[in-house]
Amino acid sequence: MTSTLRTYLARLLPQLIALAAILIAISMTFPGFLNLEIQNGRLYGSLIDILNRGAPVVLLAIGMTVVIATKGIDLSVGAVMAICGAVAASFITSGHSLLETILITLAVGVLCGMWNGILVAVLDIQPIIATLVLMVAGRGIAQLVTEGTILTFNDPGLIFIGSGSFAGLPMPVVVWLVFGVLVALLVRQSALGMLIEAIGVNRRASTLSGVLTPVLLIAAYMLSGLCAAIAGIIAAADIRGADANNAGLWLELDAILAVVVGGTSLLGGRFSIAASVLGAIIIQAINTGILLSGFPPEFNLIIKAAIIVFILVLQSPRFRTAFAFFAVPGRAAKTTEQEAK
Amino acid sequence: MKQKYLPLTATILIFVLSYALCAAQYPNILSTRVIGNLLTDNAFLGIAAVGMTFVILSGGIDLSVGSVIAFTGVFLAVVLEHTSMHPLAAFALVLAITTLFGALMGVIIHYLEMPAFIVTLAGMFLARGMAFVLSIDSIPIKHPFYATLKGFYYKLPGGGRITLIGGLMLLVFAIGILIAHRTRFGTNVYALGGGSATAKLMGVPVASTTVKIYALSGLLAGLSGIVFSLYTSAGYSLAAVGVELDAITAVVIGGTLLTGGSGFVAGTLVGIFIQGLIQTYITFDGSLSSWWTKILIGVLLFAFILLQKGIIHLSRDARQRA
Repeated sequence: MTSTLRTYLARLLPQLIALAAILIAISMTFPGFLNLEIQNGRLYGSLIDILNRGAPVVLLAIGMTVVIATKGIDLSVGAVMAICGAVAASFITSGHSLLETILITLAVGVLCGMWNGILVAVLDIQPIIATLVLMVAGRGIAQLVTEGTILTFNDPGLIFIGSGSFAGLPMPVVVWLVFGVLVALLVRQSALGMLIEAIGVNRRASTLSGVLTPVLLIAAYMLSGLCAAIAGIIAAADIRGADANNAGLWLELDAILAVVVGGTSLLGGRFSIAASVLGAIIIQAINTGILLSGFPPEFNLIIKAAIIVFILVLQSPRFRTAFAFFAVPGRAAKTTEQEAK
Repeated sequence: MKQKYLPLTATILIFVLSYALCAAQYPNILSTRVIGNLLTDNAFLGIAAVGMTFVILSGGIDLSVGSVIAFTGVFLAVVLEHTSMHPLAAFALVLAITTLFGALMGVIIHYLEMPAFIVTLAGMFLARGMAFVLSIDSIPIKHPFYATLKGFYYKLPGGGRITLIGGLMLLVFAIGILIAHRTRFGTNVYALGGGSATAKLMGVPVASTTVKIYALSGLLAGLSGIVFSLYTSAGYSLAAVGVELDAITAVVIGGTLLTGGSGFVAGTLVGIFIQGLIQTYITFDGSLSSWWTKILIGVLLFAFILLQKGIIHLSRDARQRA
């Protein structure tokens, strides 16, 4: 057990170090940054704010990790967020109960994911293109649902999901924590995670060795759709309205970035949901740090670009070969031994 | 008829049919004014789509196009406002920058062996970020040379005008067709799209071709940015968001295979016209909302992907039988 824990920590180490470095750098400039205080039975502070603001990207990153592990990509999650936000708002304003609204919204998200999955698994279309269809059409569909307006609502139950708190934590944080743990347990306590990785490494070989590739692929995209639906509900509940044009705009790119920062390769295969969640929080911490430091928020994009290039260089097969050449031979052998265990 | 012309024929057929349907309902849609506007309004998109066609033909993708257009616009606006540089010199300077930018992405894609998708995503963030750093305001361009350029147009019978930028788009398409089908570089692009390993074995210089493709896409995105700044007479860092998606859509509707290796630059032009026609129809109708554009384009995109899949499937069957 301790050895599995140790390998787990070793996997997350780069992300944890990066996050710690960012948080320390910010708190050196802003001494009060790490302070937490409790008011009305709820935690307040910049750290909590990072977890809270990062909720949509964290959720999208969970689904995106699984999709990317199958060597796919889901560009439609931002548009699906908009569709689901619109559906939630229109159902709650037309007098449906909170439970019905949430169930129907989640079902719509899963359905969107299923559409993507069928295009990828059954029609065998490249994932970028298959999900591009919904990305282009999705915002149009969302506007069709809201009839071109920003649908607002005052249902206290739905608003609670966006700005309420549970056990001292803001509701969005609770939602992604619970959901993330559930998904991670599902894929890691069963063989599902390994089968998904097998598809990502070699789809043909896994089909030939008896893996139900189409079913798993469709399920991966459905999970991504479900994540987008939850993120859509949170985003809509946060502003108490559904904005078909701006909800989730470009969040698919942030989610992909989070997965990449988390160290999951875009070429499919081994993945870690915890690392992607950390990746999303790192991105949010940088956002918050830039805002706090008084730098114009415009620098955000340049820093993101720099991070991507840095990670690309680290992940690049050529760089790894060069690095392995300079590494101490004994140590390299030991790490492969550990990985084998 | 050769199978490779099938998607292109389907695209042209759809365009002609839909144009006829629109014309049956609104005869004025046939007027040269509407046609002239179709060219002018889609000029920047068309020029960017030519570069995108080459990238997709080679089996890659370039997500940075929209951001590069915005960067070009802001750069021109800032330079023309703060220095006394002549616009032509500024054009040359910005084209050099965007070409280098594209080439750099090509270098990273080839030498680091990373997917074009994520490299150009970084390029997208970087170009948009640079535009933001230059200015976050929408800066008007008041240089008299811009007015002179806008004054150039060719008057068609019936009052329509082919403006400078509309004509430029047609010229870029003509050059693009020539490069794709009549030069060694064009053939290399097709070979690369067919499979980079086979291309390498055939003696295609994979490295220099990849770099040149993304440099070309950068150059055309820069040119598209110049056209966009002429079209709007302003530079704004939030402009042209999502243009790369419109360009990709036009390329796919134009019948180019997204896996690379098969397609035509001319098809992209028709793809641009189809998108423009949908928008024009919605403007003519007046009661339809603009979101129908997105849904219709999504449906068209889906239909063309299915068509391509069907063709690939049929050709594979035919090959197995033979």
